[in-house]
Amino acid sequence: MEITKTLDAKGLACPMPIVRTKKAIEDINSGEVLEVHATDVGAKSDLTAWTKSSGHDLIESKEDNGVYKFYIRKG
Amino acid sequence: MSEQKKTNIILFSGDYDKAMAAYIIANGAAAYDHKVTIFHTFWGLNVLRKNEKLRPSKTFMEKMFGKMMPKGAENLPLSKMQFAGMGPKMIKNVMRKHNAMPLDDLVTMAKEQEITLLACTMTMDLLGLKQEELLDDIEYGGVAAYIGEGEDGAINLFI
Repeated sequence: MEITKTLDAKGLACPMPIVRTKKAIEDINSGEVLEVHATDVGAKSDLTAWTKSSGHDLIESKEDNGVYKFYIRKG
Repeated sequence: MSEQKKTNIILFSGDYDKAMAAYIIANGAAAYDHKVTIFHTFWGLNVLRKNEKLRPSKTFMEKMFGKMMPKGAENLPLSKMQFAGMGPKMIKNVMRKHNAMPLDDLVTMAKEQEITLLACTMTMDLLGLKQEELLDDIEYGGVAAYIGEGEDGAINLFI
């Protein structure tokens, strides 16, 4: 998987991870992948719901030492 | 994506915590690409007040109201645990610790995300608030402005 852009949203609280993700995805092209790092536990539900509604594809999410990592393919 | 959805929030409350909730939802909805409008009425208008000494011409009653109401987002009281001013200090301390955005930053971000901030002119008249006392670049309207947006809103909230 080729990652086009990585967004560091660690330490940010609601609603910042989603607001930053939205801004970051505007910078990449359709089909490219955005990687998001977040520490907010709510980010998992938030990003899952957001990608679904915004027409993007959450291809993978995992937790790594308290950091949630999301891989979103732009729709 | 289909037609742009709309989120409309009526902010009636002038409490810091309730206004925070309203602005967090608004900013979240903007991230969903909704067209977002926050209608400020009654005490919610105080969120939009500039924290400056302004001297617009006012009646005695309007001056009294102006003095009694908080000037701007960061001067609002809490809906619970106000403790004569200690409450807001404590909550802002906790917010800093948890990286939660203070209300004035949420307002700035709302503007950046092109959220429409609208002030209800009828209640502005009741409370004696003048346009120059409120933030620049906001819109003014009445109930029809809300219904116009609200009738096809995906999300409509009264806070």
